[in-house]
Amino acid sequence: MTPRHWAVLLALLAAAAIGALGLRAGTAGSDAARRFFRHPTAAFAVGVLLFFVLIAVCAPLVAPYDPSAQLEIVQLQNRPPSWMHPLGTDLYSRDLLSRLVFGARVSLAVGTLAMLVAVSLGAVVGLLAGYFHRWMDGVLMRLVDVGLAVPRIFLLLIAVSLWSQLPLAILVLTIGLTGWFATSRLVRAEVLSRRELAYVDAARALGAPPARVILRHVLPNAVAPLIVSAALGIGSVMLLEASLSFLGIGVAPPTPSWGNMIADGKEQIATAPWTTLSPGLAIVLVVMALNAVGDALRDALDPRREAT
Amino acid sequence: MTAWLVRRCAAAIAIVFAVVTLTFLLIHLAPGTPFVPSDERVLDPAVVDGLRRQFGLDRPLGVQYVRYVVALLHGDPGYSFSLRRPIGEVLATTVPNTLLLSGAALAIDFLLGAAIGLYQAARARHRADVVLGNATLFLYSVPTFWLGLVLVLVFGQHLAWFPVGGDRNPVLYPSLSLLGRLGDRAWHLALPALTLGLVGAGGTARFQRAALLEVAGQDFIRTARAKGLHERRIWLVHTLRNALLPLITLFGLALPFLLTGAVLIETVFSWPGMGKLAADAIFTRDYPVVTAAALLASVMVVLGSLVADVLYSVADPRIRLGKGGARA
Repeated sequence: MTPRHWAVLLALLAAAAIGALGLRAGTAGSDAARRFFRHPTAAFAVGVLLFFVLIAVCAPLVAPYDPSAQLEIVQLQNRPPSWMHPLGTDLYSRDLLSRLVFGARVSLAVGTLAMLVAVSLGAVVGLLAGYFHRWMDGVLMRLVDVGLAVPRIFLLLIAVSLWSQLPLAILVLTIGLTGWFATSRLVRAEVLSRRELAYVDAARALGAPPARVILRHVLPNAVAPLIVSAALGIGSVMLLEASLSFLGIGVAPPTPSWGNMIADGKEQIATAPWTTLSPGLAIVLVVMALNAVGDALRDALDPRREAT
Repeated sequence: MTAWLVRRCAAAIAIVFAVVTLTFLLIHLAPGTPFVPSDERVLDPAVVDGLRRQFGLDRPLGVQYVRYVVALLHGDPGYSFSLRRPIGEVLATTVPNTLLLSGAALAIDFLLGAAIGLYQAARARHRADVVLGNATLFLYSVPTFWLGLVLVLVFGQHLAWFPVGGDRNPVLYPSLSLLGRLGDRAWHLALPALTLGLVGAGGTARFQRAALLEVAGQDFIRTARAKGLHERRIWLVHTLRNALLPLITLFGLALPFLLTGAVLIETVFSWPGMGKLAADAIFTRDYPVVTAAALLASVMVVLGSLVADVLYSVADPRIRLGKGGARA
């Protein structure tokens, strides 16, 4: 860890703080932003998210070492935090800060991409079921019933065991494909309440084809709950990825993810607790921030609902 | 009511049946199979064939499926390849442990969660509410297994108040008196149940606070206040009673959460339950065990939501089941 790395880290921290405060100042005029930032933690949460995203993007600049390099297997095994290694080193003498920084890439990317898969699939199914009603609704919603009946971790345990060594893309797809059930119900309910409204009837009467009615008139009005469920979804996917990696069936080592870092450290929790604590704290911070942003977004995007 | 109940039960059975089919297919389409020689294990192909024949794995998929379902209907979930025991026997020893853990966690979850939610709602937007709000947000966002590890570190290693794993003292347990045994089990149960219960309580408190505040904004609460009733009576009698209904829905949702948590927490604490059994079985590709565990978990979830629906209709006379108002 050289002064340059400290400087980059501090610069990113400052950039995140300025970015969050700037966002609040820049959007001060709009009603939605005012409702968003009325939440005491919203600005702080945005800052935390910005910081971790910046770190993930600039990972090679922040990380002092190669995340998978075993630096010195005798001298540097399980060293506590020091100026050279601010978060310490792990059992394999790898620098924990470097792993945390590159792990942010993996964990955030898996969270975001898997959530995108889940939310888009949920939106499509919800729209189809809600708009076309009748048999399609019946079939799709029974499918959702089955999907919701199996606790997700068991579905994933089965699905993940299909591959012995799981490629990252497949992991993302699998998490996404097991996570759309609740979203589709949400969208369906929203569509059901919209499709009977006069303006949708009017669009249909004007001869708009179903695709146009759905995409131009129904979907935009169902988008608010989708955004909220997406924000909350990233957090739950990150927790899930961490759980799978912890069980040894998620992101495969030596690629660092926050989940498999905790898994690496769990055997030495008594002798080298820092190997487990820092990745766990990173997950907690990011997921807390995502949940806080989700709560604030819900109030910001739905003026009818009273802030609680 | 009866007609609704029959329809609801039929739907539940159909869902369970679909889950059986789904898990069976997923597991059997997996590329890895048991009894395949791996790098560590060199097996004579003739032995592999013999084993596959013995367990019926050489038959067509359809035949295996029909056999499986028929056996299941007779209460036989199959035979564990890796443990070399009937799964029924394995589940009989592990499921009670999971139920004990989940039950204790559920009690902590709801009692603590509802209490925190009530306290927060009564002091909405004051400092106590904000502080507790952040605390529950933390619990709601923390990875269950990581919280478990931290609690092990603090209470198991440093303070040494609680054991770090297992469900009983492996050496002394047989020689303990009945009371001593109960105490030993409770002592081992404390940390895992607390971990799972705390994480659940975070969600429950957030939910309960929102439900209470929604009720608190209604006219009859204003009337109660106008009558000059004591604040305590307004919250405990008028508001809380009406905000308990959503908690029943939450109870239905709590079961999948608890079973998911059980897989992780049982692994952290070496708790000999169904979750650890399933997690271990993945690595030995012990199909029947994974299927049986997933199936049992689904049955619990379906039963849980069924019970929640029935409780809801009993608790809320406004919901008249079977008259088009029933929720599927």
